[in-house]
Amino acid sequence: MSKDDQILEEFTSKEYEHGWSVDFEADEAPAGINEDIIRFISAKKEEPQWLLDWRLKAFKKWTEMKEPRWPNVKYPDIDYQGVKYYSAPKQDKKPKSLDEVDPELLKTFERLGISLTEQKRLTGVAVDAVIDSVSVATTFKETLSELGIIFCSFSEAVQEHPELVKKYLGSVVPATDNYFAALNSAVFSDGSFCYIPSGVRCPMELSTYFRINAANTGQFERTLIVAEEGSYVSYLEGCTAPQRDENQLHAAVVEIYAAKDAEVKYSTVQNWYPGDKNGKGGIYNFVTKRGICDGDNSKISWTQVETGSAVTWKYPSCILKGDNSQGEFYSVAVTNNYQQADTGTKMIHIGKNTKSRIVSKGISAGKSQNSYRGQVHIMKRAENARNFSQCDSLLMGDKCGAHTFPYIDVENNSAQVEHEATTSKIGEDQIFYCQQRGIDEESAVALIVNGFAKEVMSKLPMEFAVEAQKLLALTLEGSVG
Amino acid sequence: MLKIDNLHASVEGKEILKGINLEVKAGEVHAIMGPNGSGKSTLASVLAGREEYEIEEGSVTYQGKDLLELAPEERAHAGVFLAFQYPVEIPGVSTTNFLKTAVNQTREARGLKSLDAVSFLKVMKEKMKLVDIDQALLSRALNEGFSGGEKKRNEIFQMAMLEPTLSILDETDSGLDIDALKIVADGVNKLKSPDNATIVVTHYQRLLDYIVPDYVHVLYQGRIVKSGDKSLAHELEDKGYDWIKEEVAAL
Repeated sequence: MSKDDQILEEFTSKEYEHGWSVDFEADEAPAGINEDIIRFISAKKEEPQWLLDWRLKAFKKWTEMKEPRWPNVKYPDIDYQGVKYYSAPKQDKKPKSLDEVDPELLKTFERLGISLTEQKRLTGVAVDAVIDSVSVATTFKETLSELGIIFCSFSEAVQEHPELVKKYLGSVVPATDNYFAALNSAVFSDGSFCYIPSGVRCPMELSTYFRINAANTGQFERTLIVAEEGSYVSYLEGCTAPQRDENQLHAAVVEIYAAKDAEVKYSTVQNWYPGDKNGKGGIYNFVTKRGICDGDNSKISWTQVETGSAVTWKYPSCILKGDNSQGEFYSVAVTNNYQQADTGTKMIHIGKNTKSRIVSKGISAGKSQNSYRGQVHIMKRAENARNFSQCDSLLMGDKCGAHTFPYIDVENNSAQVEHEATTSKIGEDQIFYCQQRGIDEESAVALIVNGFAKEVMSKLPMEFAVEAQKLLALTLEGSVG
Repeated sequence: MLKIDNLHASVEGKEILKGINLEVKAGEVHAIMGPNGSGKSTLASVLAGREEYEIEEGSVTYQGKDLLELAPEERAHAGVFLAFQYPVEIPGVSTTNFLKTAVNQTREARGLKSLDAVSFLKVMKEKMKLVDIDQALLSRALNEGFSGGEKKRNEIFQMAMLEPTLSILDETDSGLDIDALKIVADGVNKLKSPDNATIVVTHYQRLLDYIVPDYVHVLYQGRIVKSGDKSLAHELEDKGYDWIKEEVAAL
């Protein structure tokens, strides 16, 4: 057995660390999707009529749409009627504070390493935790509300700030944008809502944790971030799911709106269950994330570290409508075993002097397939638009694949578009060199991979960067190359 | 300290080492010379634990332990250091970060406490003086875009940081101009002590003017065919390797 094979063997034997589930009473909808289910969800959430109508319209459109088959991923047909579209942890009454939150639930978060109370006290990160479908508790609400910042669950926003939700919901990702966005629009159960008023710089990182708990449940959360003129917010999203044999469906939508001079930083560390080493189970992750730089000089920056999910289909994008607006996409995507990822970004340049920067680092191991798919579109009106794209792939072993699909459309001659791409392999030489200096194989891989991903990792907020580094090491534990 | 007994090793079915015998004691400097393809670098790699080499026969005892049983990092923890002929690039990882990981894993393996950032930097500052290396170089990604001289100096700096008992320098002189050679040799000499030993693998006698060996061995066709003191190196410099080849052929 060559060293490569040996390492791959060890690599693939690594089990998913967050694989456990907690039993608490769930309030579920029966499996399947139809108008009644959507009415059930909407009623559960005591939604206004306009929102129910919006959902039903999305559903109708969804039934007429076809699941996209263009991504470079293969998976068996999803039985959409076999999925439960709503599952709320049952609670007798709504919690007023953390003390009233189900202790089992809080324990779940502690095991995830995000004890809300600890976070509240130590880190100053405000957390909105979404487990299965319902937002459990939001910390720091008071501190934020003094600044006029609204940070709450989506359901709460629907009740408390219907005019804002109505104005922005679907304004960046229309209900019928694509198959999965339409599905989400029909059945979304909760998510986070964040509103930063004019001129306010959000003093802390806002954070959401998503977790799928109940079996056969899909999670369809919806996040809406609105940054008014001259405001700033940095938003973090973390995801985990317990280990299950069946594939679970996740189809989220994130919309970001940035007005003039506003800046939004959105960071994700995605660690959904990737399936076991034989490719059984795992999350199907079909996510639509899009931001619009609506006002001049606005900026949206996506940073993602993707380590989980059996199948990932995700292209966080920026519509650069305002003049001088900027979009950024920094991504590390790791795939192992039988994982498949088709991820990248779209940068749509509409305004003048718009700039975009894409840095994508793909790491493939095991028998996984890792694709970067990116579109840079410079529209006619976009005078002096600039784009720089860099796509690097790192391969571990010889059974995995790395693919790059860049699409570049330029309709204005003044544009400057650069694209660089590299593919490399973790070498036995590199590993041996580390070992000779006393560094064991696993640490060597972690070191090399983190070095490879450094440019992206450095864009993450500090507390997230540490977690992401550990995750990379964990995902690739035992591997080498 | 090190005893190599009848060592046979092969790579991809081809036997490269055909019965090496060598004993190295603490405080000694041994030079291994020989024409290209004689197995010098193979010997260095086998001692460091490169897995592509199959040990066919023989034994290597290091400080009373069976060296061949140990994983490469365990050998490092036990004090075996290899200065690479071609140091490897690791993009995005600074020499400082790399060495901090290396030093602390070695310390942990030896039951010592890890060095915190402050203590580590202090040690690093001291060792930097020893091999005259620039701080800026250590902040850059390991060996990436380094000149030949910088790479070799970095190897010796790592050696200084890890304080090995047995250092193996594999063709450390290759690609160095005379000034760089002097600096590197000077570093090695400063690190010499009665408790450690050095094996210098080289094709040319040049390096041995600066790192003076106690013993010189000539490796040819996978065997040590001749041993002597430093005068043997000079003889090789004057006469080349042909006379050795002829001697072996005559046997």
